[in-house]
Amino acid sequence: MDAFVLQVLNGLDKGGAYALIALGLTLVFGTLGVVNFAHGALFMLGAFCAVTFNLLLNLSERVEDPNITAFTAYIDQPYLETWLGDFGTQLMDYSVPLSILFTIPVMLAIGLAMERGLIRFFYKRSHAEQILVTFGLAIVLQEIIKSFFGANPIPVSAPDTFVGTAAIGSLIGLGEGVAYPYWRLIYLAFSIVVIAAVFSFLRFTTYGMVVRAGMADRETVGLLGINIQRRFTVVFGLAAIVAGLAGALYTPILPPDYHMGMDFLVLSFVVVVVGGMGSLGGAVAAGFLLGILQSFASMNEVKDLFPGIDQIIIYLVAVVVLLLRPRGLMGRKGVMET
Amino acid sequence: MDTVVLDVADVNKNFAGLQALSNVNLKIKEGKTHAVIGPNGAGKSTLLNVCVGRLQPDTGSVTFDGEIITGKKPYEINQAGVARVFQTPEIFADLSVEHNVMVAALAKRDGSFHPHAFRNLVSETAIHDEALAVLEDLGLKRMREMKAESLSRGDKRRLELAMCLIQHPRLLLLDEPTAGMSRHDTNQTIDVLKRIKERGMTKVIIEHDMHVVFSLADWITVLAQGAIIAEGPPEEIRGNPKVQEAYLGGAHE
Amino acid sequence: MMITRSPRHDMMMIGVFALVVLTMPIWLAPFGAAYPDLLQKFVIFGIMAVGYNILFGLTGYLSFGHAAFLGVGSYSAVWMFKLFTMNVIPAVIIGTLMAGVFAVVIGYVCLRRSGIYFSILTLALAQMCYNLAYSVLTPITNGETGLQIRPTDPRIIDAMFLEPTERVPTTTLFGIDMTGYGGFYFCAVALIITFFISVRIFRSPFGLKLRAIKSNQNRLNYTGINTRPYLLIAFVISGMYAGLAGSLLAVTDPLAGAERMQWTASGEIVLMTILGGAGTLFGPILGAWIIKYFENIFSAFNDGRLHEIFSFLPDTLESIAVGISAQFVGEGWHLTLGLMFMLIVIFLPGGLIEGFNRIVARLRPGQARRRAPAVEEKEAS
Repeated sequence: MDAFVLQVLNGLDKGGAYALIALGLTLVFGTLGVVNFAHGALFMLGAFCAVTFNLLLNLSERVEDPNITAFTAYIDQPYLETWLGDFGTQLMDYSVPLSILFTIPVMLAIGLAMERGLIRFFYKRSHAEQILVTFGLAIVLQEIIKSFFGANPIPVSAPDTFVGTAAIGSLIGLGEGVAYPYWRLIYLAFSIVVIAAVFSFLRFTTYGMVVRAGMADRETVGLLGINIQRRFTVVFGLAAIVAGLAGALYTPILPPDYHMGMDFLVLSFVVVVVGGMGSLGGAVAAGFLLGILQSFASMNEVKDLFPGIDQIIIYLVAVVVLLLRPRGLMGRKGVMET
Repeated sequence: MDTVVLDVADVNKNFAGLQALSNVNLKIKEGKTHAVIGPNGAGKSTLLNVCVGRLQPDTGSVTFDGEIITGKKPYEINQAGVARVFQTPEIFADLSVEHNVMVAALAKRDGSFHPHAFRNLVSETAIHDEALAVLEDLGLKRMREMKAESLSRGDKRRLELAMCLIQHPRLLLLDEPTAGMSRHDTNQTIDVLKRIKERGMTKVIIEHDMHVVFSLADWITVLAQGAIIAEGPPEEIRGNPKVQEAYLGGAHE
Repeated sequence: MMITRSPRHDMMMIGVFALVVLTMPIWLAPFGAAYPDLLQKFVIFGIMAVGYNILFGLTGYLSFGHAAFLGVGSYSAVWMFKLFTMNVIPAVIIGTLMAGVFAVVIGYVCLRRSGIYFSILTLALAQMCYNLAYSVLTPITNGETGLQIRPTDPRIIDAMFLEPTERVPTTTLFGIDMTGYGGFYFCAVALIITFFISVRIFRSPFGLKLRAIKSNQNRLNYTGINTRPYLLIAFVISGMYAGLAGSLLAVTDPLAGAERMQWTASGEIVLMTILGGAGTLFGPILGAWIIKYFENIFSAFNDGRLHEIFSFLPDTLESIAVGISAQFVGEGWHLTLGLMFMLIVIFLPGGLIEGFNRIVARLRPGQARRRAPAVEEKEAS
């Protein structure tokens, strides 16, 4: 039982990341009708926003080390500490959560630039061409990141307070063995909050209602005289922010490298297909579901039984779902079927 | 003489609460041209879609030539002898006109699957001649090397018709074959359809243009809100008050 | 017309093509590309692109998984070398067949859906193969290190006829060394044969039906054709072409690594095809040659070369120019590749062959008007 709960928890944070990426993918499919293979790159860019922000906070000047008098030694003295003292140190410690403030405007700008500069010219072109051009864009983005940050993963740490593990087990009346890293807990909570925010935006604001109507029937909404184009741009920006935030906060869990975007993209596409193309609820549900399944498959007991199952479980599930329910778990008829 | 080619029996189809077809019964007789008319949204296209396997009826069945075809795949129904012209022309836009027709001819000759991977198309002279003959018949021969997408709308429809005719179907379904055509094109199409009729091909036509309907039809079925409200030879339908009411009522809504 | 050309015309075309391919060592010399390594890549990726074109060019089904078949071909070929003989014939045959088997399975699953679902499914399954090659299948694939020939391999057949040696043996075709020019000519013959097959497919009723699938699959269904078997055959043929290419890679350089199966490799194949022109006969081969040529040149560049090139500029400008262009060469070759990808899709979706035909059409306006544009465009291929 303990092991079971632990695996569910382990799957949830990864599932959260899948769900957030898949949510953005689905939004963009549904409203703009565009298959965005560069969406994973947005996740990766978000992660590197956190990295950049962390670097910025740690900008240092080289000063003489006052503790060593025998000879002249130098240490790096971060400007933040010089200017703000202990508060500066704390800011640096909290670089990842604070990077949200940095990530949102940057990702919004990137998203808008992408939509205005490239994607909008592809609304009327075939899906194959959309896939190809965004695929090319994904390569370009990841190569740019590679040339700035190198090919190796860059570790970013969570705030000290959240480094340990939470003894969830004793909290909810299970064994002591059920411990869970704080940061993963935070990530899970965060992804739920973001998902809820996106859903309530779509459900409770008039803006969102128009977007949802546009997902159901783009032509009619266009005929109503609503400037659907501008809203699509905003939706794309929103999807970029969601993907970016998902990436930024994921950095303490997985040190980001330039090709993480594609790895997550492939899985997120599978998530979208399993959930049902065009269904937001399906994307979220399938995201968590596949995250959990994957974590079960990585249990040693399971791996001993089926070697390698952890590597392929998601794809297997996708194949089975598509063979049994071609439209995915919650897919609607006629969405993206041509 | 009065063999029933297509028998639609008690067909019901419901779209999310909207009764698109309710208890529709239709018998199409050999060699006749059967028109289905009715106001917009009466369920005419749904009826055709049920006949060609694009939609599955909720209840009821469609029998073609003594064989139940409900539940069969579109290509199986075509192989059985049903060809269809769509409301918006469905053609192979980036193939040449000639090849459009040849594909249909090959499908007729070779069945639903036959990989002639190594025969050269040039040696398919019989198919090619046949295609040219049909194109000539419909006045498209001149354009045979053009890309199908560069044809005018009227010519695209004629091309689609050519693709159906080359298959010598036992039953030809036409979904508004003259919609969006100029008067001249419409009259030409009527002439073509009359000629086909003389060859004894059975046809079902869905049409708004009463001029077309009354020039061609032997029998007319009137649909309104998914149900058949009248049936009979053209003269009878023309004077039927129920039909006039359905059309006027439809216009008011 | 492209599809209906007389067989005699085709044979002449193939003859010219064969001549062009076989004389590559001569006419590529002025471009500095006439060395066996690169020549082998030209022909091998030519085969790959010709095969991919049968699927994507004719049916319009965009597969992102063909690198997996390439990998399967390579691994199978290397295993044939290890277990049986260094003779390349069994390796090539088994490599192609194994890829065919994989293509049947993957194709059967993926072709249940069309459009983007199909693309995503192929991408996912290929990624799965890649993951497996890296992890569980390590006993077969030797994981990250890659599968290599060792002197200690059994090589059952060779052991019966040849003296055992201490050295790592090389691949042969009945005694002819397959690593240098020998390998190139062997692959070149394979390219000519596969090109011949692809021409026959393009000209056949089968090919016409595949084009019809790309054009309007819905109409085809109502015309009485069951599209799925046609698609599966096209998929398997193109998968086998990829397997052949993979096994030839192993023939010319007997090792196989998982990175050959990654999605970037699949992307490169797609790019070759669209760069030259999907659906045209020569386009994909041209695309493969151009990409492999530039890859070779660009990745060999280093800062020293760049400084040489920009040395005519004043110092500050020179270092800026070098700094910028350094991003696109050497390690940065993939950036160039991605940009090329985008530029082609944005500005020239029909590929170079179409661009070429557009120019020709503009130069001869009378000619262009008499014929439909499509016919004109296919004419040159």
